[in-house]
Amino acid sequence: MMQYIRDWLWTYVWKPLPDMPLGAWTDELIRWLRLAWAPLFDGVETFLESLYFALADALLWLPSGLMILVFAAIAFVAKGWRLAAVVGVGMFVVAWTPYWDNTMATLAMVVVATVLATVLAIPIGILASENRAASAVMRPVLDFMQTLPAFVYLLPVVMLFGVGETPGIIATIIFCMPPGVRLTELGLRQVDREVVEAAQAFGSSPARTLLRVKLPLALPTVMAGLNQVIMLALSMVVIAGMVGGGGLGEDIVSALGRVDIAKGFNAGIAVVILAIFLDRVMQGLADRTPVAKAARLAH
Amino acid sequence: MPAIAVESLYKVFGKGAKGAVAQLRSGVPREALNSRNVTAAVIDHNWEIAPGEIFVVMGLSGSGKSTLIRMLNGLIKPTAGTIRIDGVDLGSLSPRELRRLRREKISMVFQHFALLPHRSVLENVAFGLEIKGLDKAARLERAREAVQLVGLEGHEDKLPAQLSGGMKQRVGLARALAADTEILLMDEAFSALDPLIRQEMQDQLLDLQSKLAKTIVFITHDLNEAMRIGDRIAVCDGEVKQLGTAEDLLLHPADDYVAEFTADVDRSRVLTAEAVMEPCGGTDTSEFPTVESGVPVNELYEPVLNSKAPLLVVDDNDDPLGVVTPRSIIKSLAHEPAADDERASDDEEALPA
Repeated sequence: MMQYIRDWLWTYVWKPLPDMPLGAWTDELIRWLRLAWAPLFDGVETFLESLYFALADALLWLPSGLMILVFAAIAFVAKGWRLAAVVGVGMFVVAWTPYWDNTMATLAMVVVATVLATVLAIPIGILASENRAASAVMRPVLDFMQTLPAFVYLLPVVMLFGVGETPGIIATIIFCMPPGVRLTELGLRQVDREVVEAAQAFGSSPARTLLRVKLPLALPTVMAGLNQVIMLALSMVVIAGMVGGGGLGEDIVSALGRVDIAKGFNAGIAVVILAIFLDRVMQGLADRTPVAKAARLAH
Repeated sequence: MPAIAVESLYKVFGKGAKGAVAQLRSGVPREALNSRNVTAAVIDHNWEIAPGEIFVVMGLSGSGKSTLIRMLNGLIKPTAGTIRIDGVDLGSLSPRELRRLRREKISMVFQHFALLPHRSVLENVAFGLEIKGLDKAARLERAREAVQLVGLEGHEDKLPAQLSGGMKQRVGLARALAADTEILLMDEAFSALDPLIRQEMQDQLLDLQSKLAKTIVFITHDLNEAMRIGDRIAVCDGEVKQLGTAEDLLLHPADDYVAEFTADVDRSRVLTAEAVMEPCGGTDTSEFPTVESGVPVNELYEPVLNSKAPLLVVDDNDDPLGVVTPRSIIKSLAHEPAADDERASDDEEALPA
């Protein structure tokens, strides 16, 4: 009897339904956007590419031998001589491989993507911390951005912007932004309520309370978020390489295609060294915020 | 003009707050409301504070005292009723005007100090002045004065994390004093401190008050503290259960709620010679040692024990007011005054004439 009902439903109710057209709709939407909003997409593309190329050129302006010293100096200022030594040796290894130029290109891409992601993430995080409704709307959107496989949105992005650096940067921004927003919101919400009240009680305006009290107190958490943003951006370089993003990603993709272990290892180790450099420098900067210093003093 | 005046002030939290106020006005008790998703924190407050007065609001947690103090500077909006600061109705002010009022007239001291952890003591003290828009040199100068006032010289450049609780609260107090406002709101300011430090801070507050004569609203859950520093005390449990001086509360508690609180108070410190004396009754008092009417009872023990005659209580003009005997002291220190009176009169009847 149950079998009969199941068969009947399958034959006369479910099968006659047309295929779900969600995918087709998205396809149409993207095609329409590409035509109707062409100036916007072209503008975005020009903007991102000019940023990227300017930075990549700047990083390659000095010979690798001097750049190694610059990186070591940054590490020294941010953290200390030990990190400076590690970074110096690491960068020296990279400069010894044939992938120095592509490493700088990848660094430029990561920096452009993280700076833009930060510029977007912090205001959104502030809005979400001040407004419960905004926070409730943002949460599923952020989950979506982080869990949707990159390949899924890479396709429409490539359709909109064509192959090259731009889709790589945009895909990276989409993927790496969520922790920036989340930790900005968290950091601001964790600020001692009494301290915020004190600012208000002394007649501080909302803008001043935000800039002079809440943000400085939230800064260590915000910086932890930015660190995650950078690491996620770095993890996207390979995928960006698949759509012509250049840099180490392209090397790794081509090494994969040709089973070129030597090339894959060289490019891979360059990514790791970049990651160590960026992570430790960010950590060093986070430890230097006044609030983090004061917190260390308390223990 | 009173410094602060509140009139039929209500604050109810939750949905349907206005309806709840109407109910409270019509005489529905607070407990009957709680089942309906609203919490009545402040119920029908009507009082005035004179300039230069220390007004203590005393109540247990959940009695609405923190809500009350936050309504006085507009951090929380009342559900109904009016609050006047120097005659200005807070409800009539725009957010901008309200902020100006806070900058110029009202400062606040917080239970957990609410200091900026990354700023030095001096910068924290200057915080209110920074908001007022003073330039750096001027505000650090004034902050330095305030730091001296609370006795923290030498600690100006330390961070709050390097200070003890009592010192942190001195910074909080200095921050409020530096803002140089007439009104000082103190929200459980000493509650987080050790008992000894707390007493020290109370003394310091009284000492400062004798010089500065601010209008102080002091919130506490500790009746001993309330009686030590308050010119008048409002005992609150949503509504004001009783409003009066420390002696009023001790000698004439309005109801069981107040009486229960006062049961634990060290009466000998609060009651004065005047409050415990008995009438002279026409006896010749010229040989009696004298005490002033305002001396607390705990300073009368020795003179009473060392004197064969009762002590004569005199006013400022040395005119006799009454006499203090060991019996009158013991009687006044016993808890339930009404019951004590009865028992005393019973005893008298039982004694053979």
